[in-house]
Amino acid sequence: MDARRESEPTPMKNRTTVERKSERELVTTRTFNGPARIVFEAWTKPELFKRWWVPKSMGMSLLSCEMDVRVGGRYRLEFSYEGSKSAFFGTYKEVTPHSRLVWTNEESEDGAITTVTFEEKDGKTLLVMHELYPSKEALDAAGTGAADAMVETFAQLDELLVTLGASVGRS
Amino acid sequence: MVQYSRTGFDGSFAALSDATRRGVLEQLGRADASITDLAEKFHMTLTGMKKHVGVLEQAGLVTTEKVGRVRTCKLGLRRLKEEAAWIERYHQLWDARFDELDKVVEELKRKEKVDGRKKRK
Repeated sequence: MDARRESEPTPMKNRTTVERKSERELVTTRTFNGPARIVFEAWTKPELFKRWWVPKSMGMSLLSCEMDVRVGGRYRLEFSYEGSKSAFFGTYKEVTPHSRLVWTNEESEDGAITTVTFEEKDGKTLLVMHELYPSKEALDAAGTGAADAMVETFAQLDELLVTLGASVGRS
Repeated sequence: MVQYSRTGFDGSFAALSDATRRGVLEQLGRADASITDLAEKFHMTLTGMKKHVGVLEQAGLVTTEKVGRVRTCKLGLRRLKEEAAWIERYHQLWDARFDELDKVVEELKRKEKVDGRKKRK
């Protein structure tokens, strides 16, 4: 039974949407309850970025996070998962404070170009993350084919979800 | 729970080892098509195309439905499910990240408020 009183405000969780817009594009959207300058700050200051980019539920730990957020600046994120180390790295192509970030993903030859836009309205920010792959095959590989990387990266998350699903089913 | 049998995987590999069959999948990814359409597109006899579609069908990559005299082929559920599954995992990952980002945003907002009050004093 829900013991909460009706009058108690329930914190609203905004919805994350993911859509394969075309053969080469993946678009993710989410609204945040804060102004664009704050959301932008959380994406561009390493000490803030590393607090959310590796969520606890993933069972990964961030080893290092270097971000030189300016046009031509580079980033490198290293993390470990079950004793093996992986890295994401690339170059910032566009940095427009509070509204737009573009970077490359260079850990793979077929890496996407990621564009993140921040659009403020009534004190809230709509974030749109657009990933453009060099080919349909590259996007397919990033998903289905990247079974190796994905399975490794998400195995623990999957396990957790199964556990959670099972416990929800039981209650 | 989704379980993939070994025969399923082997069947897929066999099915995908042929360039024409990969082309058929790509074609069906764009739109459903009849066996006749596919045979024309790939410059093949109807019998030849039927064989290819049969292999894809057995691997669960394609489903066919006969309406009247036309057999229409579409991408199989299995392929769609796999694509849906990875998008779902990607969604879960970003949803988890954004939940954490919510916390960072709330904290920065609170901090701004406090700093703002301090400045006004």
